Amino acid sequence: MSKNPEFVKFDKVDKSYDGKVLVVKDLQLDIAEGEFITMLGPSGSGKTTCLMMLAGFETPTHGEILLDGNIISNIPPHKRGIGMVFQNYALFPHMTVYENLAFPLRVRKVEKDEIDKKVDKALSMVSLSGFETRMPAQLSGGQQQRVAVARALVFDPAVVLMDEPLGALDKNLRESMQYEIKHIHESIGVTVVYVTHDQSEALTMSNRIAVFNDGKVQQLSNPAELYEKPVNSFVAEFIGENNTFNGEVVDIAKDKCKVKLANSEILANPISVKSKGEKTTVSLRPERALINPTDKMDNMFTGKIEEVIYHGDHTRVRLNLLGSSEFILKVPNSTSNLELKVSQDINIGWNSADARALDPK
Amino acid sequence: MSSETKQILTTDGIPLEVSLKKAEKKNKIKAFLLVAPLLLFLVITYIFPIGDMFMRSVDDRMVTNMLPKTFKAMEKWENLDELPPEEVYRGFYEDYKLLAENQQHGKLGQRLNKEKNGFNTITKKLFRQIKRKKIDESASLKEQINKLHKRWRDVEYWQAIKRTAPPYTASKYLKGMDMYFAADGSIAQVDEDRRIHRILWLRTLEIAFFVTLFCFFMGYPIAHLLATLPMKYSNLLMICVLLPFWTSLLVRTASWMILLQQQGIVNDFFVMIGLVADDNRPEMMYNKVGTYVAMTQILLPFMVLPLYSVMKTISPSLMRAGKSLGGTPFVAFWKVYFPLTIPGIGAGCLLVFILAIGYYITPALVGGASGTLISNQIAFHMKTTLDWSFASAMGLMLLTGVLVIYWIYNKLVGVDNIKLG
Repeated sequence: MSKNPEFVKFDKVDKSYDGKVLVVKDLQLDIAEGEFITMLGPSGSGKTTCLMMLAGFETPTHGEILLDGNIISNIPPHKRGIGMVFQNYALFPHMTVYENLAFPLRVRKVEKDEIDKKVDKALSMVSLSGFETRMPAQLSGGQQQRVAVARALVFDPAVVLMDEPLGALDKNLRESMQYEIKHIHESIGVTVVYVTHDQSEALTMSNRIAVFNDGKVQQLSNPAELYEKPVNSFVAEFIGENNTFNGEVVDIAKDKCKVKLANSEILANPISVKSKGEKTTVSLRPERALINPTDKMDNMFTGKIEEVIYHGDHTRVRLNLLGSSEFILKVPNSTSNLELKVSQDINIGWNSADARALDPK
Repeated sequence: MSSETKQILTTDGIPLEVSLKKAEKKNKIKAFLLVAPLLLFLVITYIFPIGDMFMRSVDDRMVTNMLPKTFKAMEKWENLDELPPEEVYRGFYEDYKLLAENQQHGKLGQRLNKEKNGFNTITKKLFRQIKRKKIDESASLKEQINKLHKRWRDVEYWQAIKRTAPPYTASKYLKGMDMYFAADGSIAQVDEDRRIHRILWLRTLEIAFFVTLFCFFMGYPIAHLLATLPMKYSNLLMICVLLPFWTSLLVRTASWMILLQQQGIVNDFFVMIGLVADDNRPEMMYNKVGTYVAMTQILLPFMVLPLYSVMKTISPSLMRAGKSLGGTPFVAFWKVYFPLTIPGIGAGCLLVFILAIGYYITPALVGGASGTLISNQIAFHMKTTLDWSFASAMGLMLLTGVLVIYWIYNKLVGVDNIKLG
């Protein structure tokens, strides 16, 4: 069976609530069948609005949304057959777990035996067998969450939307639920559109991530590429940690450019700069800068340690380097640990390929 | 070993329970002092008056105290179908003479007249004879009194006096239900054309029921709008709901009179759009229609507010969940939203129904003859006939009715399910 690469398609979608501000601007997004795609972005970036338009609770101001080739803009929510997991679970408080799960099946006039079978299956999928007669209020947050997931899946929808479903859980539970949802997705192959503002959640779970800011998709790629190769300074800043240098391009070649900072020059990888004289922000991941590098690296500088913070598995070192006192280094916790002391001078080096010259902030 | 497990001691050897009580005592006293004024207020303004009302409604000691010798003598009156013996006449004469000297005889006449029509005339006659000293106390009083008026020779009148003997009576309650104690002490119904109270009770229940129903059907959508509209609109709407609440009840009822009368605004409008002919304007006031319209409007906020407070707590994502799971908007409403509003519906309906059952001023002003309620009858007896004991009895019957409704509601829905705010 060939997977439809345009199973869900946002075609030039605009959305405005008040006729003055566009919350979603000219959105063009294709979601493949069976894919786990995450919409990631700060609050107010338009990601939830996109989800609501797909679910049918908001109508696009302009453009079309297609599901499996059919325009769905004029189909009411209950006819779209899209499962949804809400931020606060939205379990029906006056129904038992069984009744909650049976609701989508009953409105579809499924027969009683079939309902029992499907509810059983869905509950065992989220390892909650035996909880049928409980009321939602008698369940813990994590259990309610699983019921919500099971309810969104029990009627075999083509697409499941999840709107920050793990937001209310504590950290440990959130992490285990991330894996659980990921495994459920892998085992049943449903298309999932997931909305979150938590970048580690997005990186852990998704096939692809769409980073939203200001109503636009800033970058759409798989987690590794998003982290390693951010295409602009917003994405670099938003995903993971980041050291930045603001400067001006003074020399540019095919895969290298020279950036002039306040009182020094560094070599960088030209991503979004094209010519001499452009302003740029150079982004470098903390773990790509090494202390006393043994290999030859094309950026070598000396900095002064300002602060050393112990994090268990790694140590975080804040340096005063090239006129900035916010340069962060991540030193893995290994047996051959270096002696790091405040106000000590150390040598730092990195490859120009890892220093990405992006649009100026 | 066992004694150790039974009692846990604090570090200084005092049993834990004692120590806890000691620590909590101060807080308990403080809490009690805080509610004490309210408790006192309730006792004075609520418990005492109800107790007093009850006493008044069953109290029948007036005659008992006025005719002590009569009732003593009546104990020997065996054959109740025949006129009482001479002793009863003598006792009654002596009692009555004493009353006449103290100017109390009029009260007795009125009281006995209520028990049986015609007493007033014959006691007055007796009074005049006593005043003129025409009664010979040494001769048979039975003969002399019987000669005064033929009613004194009628055994029913003496039976009526005997019925007033017990110091307490439930006759007021029976009267409230159009029943009375017949001559032989059994309970009988009054003649069909004189049964006014039962009609009033039924009408009160009917009007309260329909007003509650109208309030529910009108209040539910308003409350829903209030709970779902954006803040700036819902505040305005809330003020619209509450504005009548802040206006005097009398003013609102009077404005309904202006609107509903035959030459009123509503009728003018109907004529203008050609719904009714000018010479055939419908009567919308001084009947049930007026009572329904005005009471529904006045009691509407009592339905809207509890509903609103419950609806406000229902997350909008529940309806969305219902729809996204495949329920049509109606199914999502009926299976998800509506069941969650039942506590508010219960509270609102109970509140409106109980208020409507005891409503007084609006039916009095716009109800006319066919739109008045039991409370108007109570007021009539309080103010016009001055039969306070009967008014008290009906007031207590109303209170009992309310308690019964509350009990039924508790059985059906459960009081824990009420949410007033």
